[in-house]
Amino acid sequence: MKLTTRQEGELLVVHACEDRIDAAGAIQFKERMREAIQAPSERVILDMSQVMFLDSSGLGAVVAVMKLLGPNRRLELSGLTPSVAKVFRLTRMDTVFVIHATLPDGLRAAS
Amino acid sequence: MVFVRQADKGQRQGVAPVDAVTLGFSSTALAVRQGLVDILALPAFRAMDMAARNSAELALAEVLNNIVEHAYAGTVGPITVTATAGKGHVMLEIVDKGRALPAERLPVGARPVIDPKAELPEGGFGWFLIRSLVENLAYRRQSGRNHMSFCLPCRETGE
Repeated sequence: MKLTTRQEGELLVVHACEDRIDAAGAIQFKERMREAIQAPSERVILDMSQVMFLDSSGLGAVVAVMKLLGPNRRLELSGLTPSVAKVFRLTRMDTVFVIHATLPDGLRAAS
Repeated sequence: MVFVRQADKGQRQGVAPVDAVTLGFSSTALAVRQGLVDILALPAFRAMDMAARNSAELALAEVLNNIVEHAYAGTVGPITVTATAGKGHVMLEIVDKGRALPAERLPVGARPVIDPKAELPEGGFGWFLIRSLVENLAYRRQSGRNHMSFCLPCRETGE
């Protein structure tokens, strides 16, 4: 489970470099995220633009990461692909996270 | 439509549905990942539009993950998936030899409640997603096996 991180001031941007966050990889995702969010930052944006598939295990892992951040830090999501967005919409978890269509201007990763 | 049952019982024995295909794989998370790829590559799924296909993948993943985590629960056993093309939908039957569902009944699968004052739920979404995405969900326990069946639409219906 590969993640890359970039710090932009008070913002930590984490890219999930996997096409699936599913039952086979949800635990690893959570553990990698646990390491990544040790970098101090009030806001964390998880860029999911490469993630094509997320199941309930993946959703649970994303929720777990938000809980790991604690009450003073915020987890935001960016770049949800249609099938991933659908999972958040069906479960109403899209009301819990701040969801960006794409990374805010100036933060797009150089590819 | 009126069906007239034929008096001759032998009429339809030994006739397999033309478009039924059965796949088998093991109850590990990685084997299920590959199994999903193989299921979605079946001819029966070609009639699905993209949105319906994505929903099918999600529903199948949830059903199969339940079998891995709860029916087999740490043991490893076989899962067989039979897909049959229907008119505007694909019929699925999934069989495993793991533990039965509690009380041998399908869970209600209500949407987990999001209460801003309480801890956010991390689990319990699986059955809700299954119920939201499939039609004609049915379960029976027979000869030590779980049989789960449902239909997946080829066209996404409104949410």
